[in-house]
Amino acid sequence: MAARAVAKIFDIEFIDLDDFECCGFPIKSVHYGTFLVMGARNVLAAEERGLDICTLCSACTSSLTEVNKHLIENFDEKTRIVATLRKQGIDYRMSRNINIKHFTKILYEDIGTGEIEKLIKKRLSNLNVAPHYGCHYLKPTDIYNNPEDPENPQSLDELISITGANSIYYNEKMRCCGAGVLAINEDLAYSIARVKLKELSENSTDVMVLMCPFCSVMFDDNQKKIEQKFQETYNLPVLYYPQLLGLALGIDEKSLGLRMNRVSTRALLEKIKK
Amino acid sequence: MSELSPKFKYEIAQEPGGENIKSCFACGICTASCPIREIDSQYNPRKIIRMVLLGMKERVLKSPFIWLCSNCYACTERCPQGVRFTEVMNAIKNLAVKEGHIHPAFRQQINILEHVGRLYEIDDFDNNKRAAFGLPKVEKTQGHTKKIIDMTGLAQIIESNEVRGQ
Repeated sequence: MAARAVAKIFDIEFIDLDDFECCGFPIKSVHYGTFLVMGARNVLAAEERGLDICTLCSACTSSLTEVNKHLIENFDEKTRIVATLRKQGIDYRMSRNINIKHFTKILYEDIGTGEIEKLIKKRLSNLNVAPHYGCHYLKPTDIYNNPEDPENPQSLDELISITGANSIYYNEKMRCCGAGVLAINEDLAYSIARVKLKELSENSTDVMVLMCPFCSVMFDDNQKKIEQKFQETYNLPVLYYPQLLGLALGIDEKSLGLRMNRVSTRALLEKIKK
Repeated sequence: MSELSPKFKYEIAQEPGGENIKSCFACGICTASCPIREIDSQYNPRKIIRMVLLGMKERVLKSPFIWLCSNCYACTERCPQGVRFTEVMNAIKNLAVKEGHIHPAFRQQINILEHVGRLYEIDDFDNNKRAAFGLPKVEKTQGHTKKIIDMTGLAQIIESNEVRGQ
């Protein structure tokens, strides 16, 4: 929702495809062949229409990027998958190779921080923001076209800085959110998310900013549960990057879906207004 | 102790992602980098690699710990030998599924995917909410994901998997 509001400002047009289904990520560890065909079908759905894919989730980004790279490098296999799908009545035509990109990467690489900065209406200069890159936005680096240093990435820090906010460094900056094992072992997943929440609740952070909805499930949706489990209080608002940028671009709170965040953003919004 | 299978490492190396397992020289940076290992000592990447190379097939494929990888790729990025351990884990799990040891959480996820094409069903209630926020409707699945799961043989593999823990 926030991404759509931000995209409009930069004249990025989203075309929703009715036939888009699961990217295949959950199946990779179970059956690689199925993962490949599930991803390929989504890639082909966009390819047939001559569209690139903009993803909002980091796991979808890495899955589809990996599959797309594999299909481009193995043309015979791609042709075979298209033919097998057709036999099942799933009919897609190949066209030019497409790009897969996370919305935040589009902002960073294709719009550029300089252009974005020109449109900032309200500088969020009194905010201390903790960037959470998550794992799949950066890794595995060998599937991405312009990989960042996975140990010391800069893009999200820069994107936060142009809003006028202070992007802070913290010890646990590069730690995984734990979502990958949420379905297997909840306690373990929460224990991983807790490490970050604990550090950020003890320093001067006002808000954590991330770019993957699954990381958000851990840090925002499940924050109360983690507080209860460990008998601790974090009270840390978590924003999706387009929500933070949207505030700086002067987009209204409702269009940014700020009332849907689980941890209240009210105190944060008050601080911005000061 | 269960019998050793000397060919286990070759079986893993034949699975997509498992190709580089034999390059491991046991430096342990995978284990040192692992956020799971830090919390749960049951899960130890270096140990898992040694177990595979030693041929401890049954113990590895039947163990609950192989399902604990969070897929964060910290080990893969740091490995000096290019083992790509995250992908090795995927190879191990793929083989475990073929041998009948799927984790019940994945059985459940596949069931949802077959029915709704996604892990989360968007019903009329959700679509009404989306409409109120000015978001486009999410259409019901055309059954493509189910067809793919049948077509690749995954459906059959799942069927033949015993339900673990029952």
